[in-house]
Amino acid sequence: MSARFEVGQSVRIGDRTEPRHHRVPAYVKGREGIVVCLCHPQGLPEELAYRELGEPKQTIYRVRVSQPHLWSSYQGEAHDNLEIEIHESWLDPL
Amino acid sequence: MTHDHTTPHRHPNQPDHPEPSSSYELLGVALNELLIEKGIYSADELRTQIEEIESVNVDSHGAQIVAKAWLDEDFLTALRADAADAIRSLGIDPGYTEIMALENTPEVHNVVVCTLCSCYPRWLLGRPPAWYKSKAYRARVVREPRAVLAEFGNDIATDVQVRVHDSNAELRYVVIPLRPKGTEGWTQAQLARLVTRDSMIGVTQAKAATAS
Repeated sequence: MSARFEVGQSVRIGDRTEPRHHRVPAYVKGREGIVVCLCHPQGLPEELAYRELGEPKQTIYRVRVSQPHLWSSYQGEAHDNLEIEIHESWLDPL
Repeated sequence: MTHDHTTPHRHPNQPDHPEPSSSYELLGVALNELLIEKGIYSADELRTQIEEIESVNVDSHGAQIVAKAWLDEDFLTALRADAADAIRSLGIDPGYTEIMALENTPEVHNVVVCTLCSCYPRWLLGRPPAWYKSKAYRARVVREPRAVLAEFGNDIATDVQVRVHDSNAELRYVVIPLRPKGTEGWTQAQLARLVTRDSMIGVTQAKAATAS
């Protein structure tokens, strides 16, 4: 299956309201990060949670986001970061 | 207190568990009883599953994986390429979710959380500790990881990156802590004794060599 994004690419995590069950926590919505890893394709939780097929499966990307970018009052170090799994349809290119 | 049987009441399935206190818990209990009643699964199948999960031994699984990774460069390479396959090669069941090993280095310290619920590699580490599921840990470790790690007695030097991994969806993670100093020539069994559950979640370092 073809993946839309590649390792090293800058992306933005979707900033949208999703009334169904989904696995994108609010604190990363709309944040920018870098793709660090592509993982095995998986069904979309928004559909699987309701016994739909969730297909086609989507590539999962591990996206690295800078901590000071996530939290304006971040008290740690500027080089600290966070990685999170995001389904392809929740990512946009920058 | 007398045990009055004139008033009908249900006994809990496991006496140590509190009675369901929220409507969602009650719903869960009711659903479970219905599924058993309808023959979707049996009470014994449920019990067996609980027994299996609760019997996972962190020392024989997670700690062996880490000790092997410390000792064997080829295994570490295999672990990076496909963690589940590498773990299976040790005769350990990696479970049904994709596994990723997160290597601590002198430059990066990894720590794992599931902010949305309590995703955890139970097949490798057993049941998660209560604090791992607490709202306080889940909310705080993503916002102020250094402060949380310090509360676990783990002060991370400012020149080391702290990298938080939110196990939010499809993968499960095991941290490979740094190999303690002074363990040259140790066997896998000796090394495994230094690997703790908390060091594989990433809130602590492995035990120091003197502690064994």
